[in-house]
Amino acid sequence: MDEKKLAIIATKGTLDWGYPPFILASTAAALGYGVEIFFTFYGLQLLKKDLSHLRVSPLGNPAMPMPIPMPTLMMVLPGMEGMATSMMKSKMKAKGVASLEELRELCVEAEVRMIACQMTVDLFEFDTADFIDGIELGGAASFFEFAGESDITLFM
Amino acid sequence: MVQEDKVLDARGLNCPLPILRTKKALGELTSGQVLKIVATDPGAVKDFEAFAKQTKNPLLEHAEAAGEFIFFIQKA
Repeated sequence: MDEKKLAIIATKGTLDWGYPPFILASTAAALGYGVEIFFTFYGLQLLKKDLSHLRVSPLGNPAMPMPIPMPTLMMVLPGMEGMATSMMKSKMKAKGVASLEELRELCVEAEVRMIACQMTVDLFEFDTADFIDGIELGGAASFFEFAGESDITLFM
Repeated sequence: MVQEDKVLDARGLNCPLPILRTKKALGELTSGQVLKIVATDPGAVKDFEAFAKQTKNPLLEHAEAAGEFIFFIQKA
């Protein structure tokens, strides 16, 4: 079988950085790739059934476009993160960008294999019952089992 | 003029949804049938060329009119 393979390591758990793994995984699957995503550290947040807790922060994020220029010190004010998050969500909706839940569901439908890093699940005391169905647990060696045979490997 | 067997309205959708919906819609067609896709994402032109090339489903025709991009893809 000459199926191409894509291996992704997803390490970020913010609303914005949740997109690249699911966009690339779903698209690669549509192109006929076999795809595996290894979720570790903050990336584990992307596996929770409910993704409404994901945020985007303007703090320490100087490249984030803001409606009006704001000094960095303002970014620590209460409510700034919530405001940036709801602004991004409404902008995405207006521009026809899929929700993370929708993209993840398309990945599940396309049989993208998702592995949760056992070590960081234990470290952060995540309850795997909070994760969507079909998630496997594994370690670094199980990532290499797939990545070693992959055509593309991406760290995000 | 290419005659389509099915139409997919991908207007207002942004990357990668038009491609993902196309993949799904092609799955419901039989070999040789043609899917017409209408999209508004300006990135769609390059993406549909790339999709057709990589999945070996021929892109028979594409056109642009009034800000809409129209593609005809034949299921291989």
